[in-house]
Amino acid sequence: MDIGIDLGSRAIKLAVVEEGRLLSSMVVGSSFEPHKQAQQLLDSYQPRLVAATGYGRHLAQKHFAQHVITEIKAHALGARRLFPGCRTILDVGGQDSKVIALDTAGKVVQFQMNDKCAAGTGRFMEMMAASLGYSLDEFSRAAGRVGETVAINSMCAVFAESEVVSLRNRGVAPEVIARAIHRSIIDRLGTMVERIGLQGELVFSGGVARNRVLVDLLAQRLRQPVQVPEAPEIVGAYGAALHLAGIP
Amino acid sequence: MEKNFTVKSDTNLWQRLDMDVERFSAVPGILTGAYQDIFLSQSNRPAAMDYFDSMVENIYTGRIDEILAAKAEGRPVIGTFCVYVPEEIIQAAGGVCIGLCGGSQLTVPDAEKILPRTICPMVKSAFGFKISNMCPLFQAVDFVYGETTCDAKKKTWELLDRYVPTHVMEIPQRKLERDKRLWIEEVKDFKAAVEKVIGSTIDEGALKQGVATLNAKREALQRLNGLRHHNPSPISGRDMLLIQQIAFYDVPERFTEKVHALCDELEIRCQNNNPVAPPSTPRIMVSGTPMAMPNWKLHNIIEKSGALVVNEESCIGTRYYKDTIATDGTSMDDILEKLTERYMKIDCSCFTPNDDRIDQVLTEYRASGAQGLIDYCLQFCHTYNIEAVKLREACEREGIPFMAIESDYSPEDVGQLQTRIEAFIEQIQG
Ligand code: SF4
Ligand code: SF4
Repeated sequence: MDIGIDLGSRAIKLAVVEEGRLLSSMVVGSSFEPHKQAQQLLDSYQPRLVAATGYGRHLAQKHFAQHVITEIKAHALGARRLFPGCRTILDVGGQDSKVIALDTAGKVVQFQMNDKCAAGTGRFMEMMAASLGYSLDEFSRAAGRVGETVAINSMCAVFAESEVVSLRNRGVAPEVIARAIHRSIIDRLGTMVERIGLQGELVFSGGVARNRVLVDLLAQRLRQPVQVPEAPEIVGAYGAALHLAGIP
Repeated sequence: MEKNFTVKSDTNLWQRLDMDVERFSAVPGILTGAYQDIFLSQSNRPAAMDYFDSMVENIYTGRIDEILAAKAEGRPVIGTFCVYVPEEIIQAAGGVCIGLCGGSQLTVPDAEKILPRTICPMVKSAFGFKISNMCPLFQAVDFVYGETTCDAKKKTWELLDRYVPTHVMEIPQRKLERDKRLWIEEVKDFKAAVEKVIGSTIDEGALKQGVATLNAKREALQRLNGLRHHNPSPISGRDMLLIQQIAFYDVPERFTEKVHALCDELEIRCQNNNPVAPPSTPRIMVSGTPMAMPNWKLHNIIEKSGALVVNEESCIGTRYYKDTIATDGTSMDDILEKLTERYMKIDCSCFTPNDDRIDQVLTEYRASGAQGLIDYCLQFCHTYNIEAVKLREACEREGIPFMAIESDYSPEDVGQLQTRIEAFIEQIQG
């Protein structure tokens, strides 16, 4: 049994793998000392090896993980195992978003990360939901209720928030604003995907991929189906565990 | 076994230079710490790096004393910001040429009190050093020579002139015959400006001597870079970057001699199969905008992630020394023309078209035995940033793993860069 653990900025994800099969997984919000928390999670297992990925990967290596790989490689491995035809991955996490291009053999050939900015990340979604007084779930359900939309031009979290305020002051319904925000996020993410050049099957991973409205809008925008794993947030942890397969 | 290393201080000297002594006094300590962490933590460094270490120890003291001594003899001390300003002419006048490009976040906030935030950090840093009196090299110069390469620079010179006499040399944007004519006129004006300071004319003999000195310096760096391309490399990318940075404030003759001494050592290391890192270490080439002292951010991340930087296609890098001046000129006009021809080969992205640079990058890539190319662009440098599109295309055509990085001097993006660079190394390793 191998374990892959993804120490992200907002959550810790763990995947338990035996002979390539996912036995179980876990997602917990990360605390102030993520490596200690991770260690506690691991205590209930007796893994052969542990591989860490995510922002906290090096800290994990100091304390308990024998191997580290980047989120890029981890997602490539995980997504490809779940969807063998996958050539492009869009991963939207709490603090960043990235697009990864794979060749036909599944090797990473190019990737792009959204730098230094909350736009198009889970954090942005949360902030926008909060500005409308919604929980994350309510936020996407509201956006799903309407077809029409207004334009939100700014992708900067700060400016977008003030746009939301002025739309509300103009009496625009919160559902419509919610949809507009979803659309603007997809504009941003869609451009990132197009910049790298979409090929083959597209897999959308990360917790944000649970948002059906985003998935549908993305499929519309890219004019092709979007594959979402059953547990989109553990793709990285799963990939990290798969990385251990060849290692004695 | 950690080496004794301290960047030296001399408050009396700094006082004489009208510096903000109180604020500056913290700088040597900060630099010492950074240097120990980035350079002295390396294992198996060449012994001849001692000299270059000492050049860093003396950057705010001993080297400044030398410059002031030259000045006291009536020799002009000229600051520059670009490799297009012909150093040979300064050398011919017995002058001292100092590169003043800023590579530190320290003075960026000072500059942002006046300049827009959305311009190149190198320009902001340099401007900030001057207006806050925080750089002894800057304080020591008689005047500075700017150029009209990018917008950020040429418009900043107008403001910099309020603090230190700032001359501007017009650099054309294309390389047609008529551009060359303009350029030669500019070179002549530059010569006249230098002659005015020294109060005498530079004759053919002196200029030939200046050309020979700088040719020798550039050849020494070519030799060094050639040895570094040896696979596995005998020297780290960090040390190479440092040497190429020191090239901009050291005495040319002494620097040349020390570079050759290092080369002799590296030759032996190559023969004895004593590389600086194991042969399996991934090799990465860096191209793009210059990294001015003490900007070691990218190299530090790359090498601490387990790869080696094996070439810098940059102005603080090969663009500075890949070409020398033909020495068969006899008359003054002839020598100046040959000199201009050499300078026209510099392939800065401020030129259009600039496809020679793409070829040059590929040539250096092959020579260096690199396994991937990272194009480095200082934030808000539009010309290099846009040119990265063509570089990416060329790399795709050639099957070269490519990654473009845009960054500034702040530490904010270090975590993200680390992830991207590690992922790039994974990509190279397959
Ligand atoms: S990048 Fe261009 S403008 Fe900057 S120093 Fe080099 S040649 Fe000059
Ligand atoms: S790096 Fe680019 S923007 Fe900065 S000074 Fe050089 S040419 Fe100008």
